[in-house]
Amino acid sequence: MIVVDNLHKSFGDAHILKGISTSFEKGKTNLIIGQSGSGKTVFLKCLLGLYSYEKGSISYEGKSLNDMTPNEKRDLRADIGMVFQGSALFDSMTIAENVMFPLRMFTKQSKSEMEDRVNQVLNRVNLDGAQHKMPSEASGGMQKRVAIARAIVNNPKFLFCDEPNSGLDPKTAIVIDNLIQEITDEFNITTVINSHDMNSVMEIGEKIVFLKNGHKEWEGSKDTIFKTDNEAVTNFVYSSELFKKVRKMYLEDNT
Amino acid sequence: MKYLHNIGVYFLMIKDMFRKPTKWSVMKNLILKDIDDLIINSLGIVAFISFFVGGVVAIQTSLNISNPLIPKYLVGFATRQSIILEFAPTFISIIMAGKVGSFITSSIGTMRVTEQIDALEVMGINSLNYLVFPKLIALSLYPFAISIAMFLGILGGLVACVYGGYGSYEDYIQGVQLDFITFHIIYAFIKTLVFAFILATIPSFYGYYMRGGALEVGKASTTSFVWTSVVIILLNYLITSLLLG
Ligand SMILES: Nc1ncnc2c1ncn2[C@@H]1O[C@H](COP(=O)(O)OP(=O)(O)OP(=O)(O)O)[C@@H](O)[C@H]1O
Ligand SMILES: [Mg+2]
Repeated sequence: MIVVDNLHKSFGDAHILKGISTSFEKGKTNLIIGQSGSGKTVFLKCLLGLYSYEKGSISYEGKSLNDMTPNEKRDLRADIGMVFQGSALFDSMTIAENVMFPLRMFTKQSKSEMEDRVNQVLNRVNLDGAQHKMPSEASGGMQKRVAIARAIVNNPKFLFCDEPNSGLDPKTAIVIDNLIQEITDEFNITTVINSHDMNSVMEIGEKIVFLKNGHKEWEGSKDTIFKTDNEAVTNFVYSSELFKKVRKMYLEDNT
Repeated sequence: MKYLHNIGVYFLMIKDMFRKPTKWSVMKNLILKDIDDLIINSLGIVAFISFFVGGVVAIQTSLNISNPLIPKYLVGFATRQSIILEFAPTFISIIMAGKVGSFITSSIGTMRVTEQIDALEVMGINSLNYLVFPKLIALSLYPFAISIAMFLGILGGLVACVYGGYGSYEDYIQGVQLDFITFHIIYAFIKTLVFAFILATIPSFYGYYMRGGALEVGKASTTSFVWTSVVIILLNYLITSLLLG
């Protein structure tokens, strides 16, 4: 469980996060949604400890990030998997080396143990046989799956994904979403996903936090997001005609 | 103000580079890769330029000696001096600022904009140590490249001199051996090591702290080249006036 309290973050004069409080539960897929530029990536990077913040607190399993000793931070990092917005694969390494990298950094496993584990997770994300390809030879969807494999290879307790399905076709996007959902359920981890993809919201949003201009505008779940009359949310979520119709039908069915 | 701030960040970067070292099993491979990328891959261009510039220096010197009272061996002597003192350490370093420097800036800069540096940090790796330290170690072999430049420069002078009909083999060799001052070599290698440090760190600084996208990576490489050269030229002046002046 991750608890965020009154988080503020600025870059110079630009106040990006303006006091965000929320929590992300274990075994759930938590979604952070909001328009481009609303501060989703900055928020996620604060959670990861990549950015320092001026005010507020972030705690993992009851322990505040700022109170952790370097060793505790190291242990926490070993428990975190992150899928970056652009995959962020190391382009000088093969796919297998990319996936193996956290194992080399965090564990003392032998080469063959690591190779077995890498093959196992690559199989999990349906990338058998891609071991020796370079990231530049893989398609965007494959790169995303490699990034997911790298994030889960060391059995993390916390999984963060920054727009895991942006730039993918709708079908591949759903495959990726389902994969993340399955992994979350299977290993009972705390998953936080940045997204502005409405399919994801409807499919996997067990908890949804809506950010607008660095504020938390609304929070709920995929079930309550249909019913809310918060205008900012409905304008964002039901920006397309199709979704407006879906919502209308849903509300008619459920009254 | 901005310059002062950058200089401060640069020195903090150097300090942070030595913090929290990366596992040796991983670091070893990074160093070998950087030796290959930065040193081995530069030997070709260094050898080519040294040989031909050495030849030109010899030709120019002999063309400018019209006075019969000046001994013929002066060509070898002058070529040796200019190559060892300035051409090999300084001129080659400026070329390396273009070749190696822009390679370092663009590769680290690309890792910055594609969040690969963030990915390293998330895994608890000190990305400065991971990225910059191996380059510094690789470039500690830079004096070998400069030795090759010195040797080939003097050889180029010899070849140009003898085959171009500007002087005899014996005269040139006599000039090369004349009044040999060991301290000149020491001076040249002190410079080389200082330049190696600059070549590893300034381009890394511009890559590491850049922000933006692919376009900015290109701009950062250019800026990095300009500042690396400026610092090399200024330090060359400083070291020369301290050690030889
Ligand atoms: N390192 C930085 N320095 C200064 N400003 C930044 C930095 N990173 C982000 N910002 C600013 O913070 C704001 C929020 O950016 P952020 O990347 O979090 O948006 P986002 O919600 O992730 O958008 P998208 O959906 O497009 O990824 C933007 O206005 C951006 O310009
Ligand atoms: Mg983002």
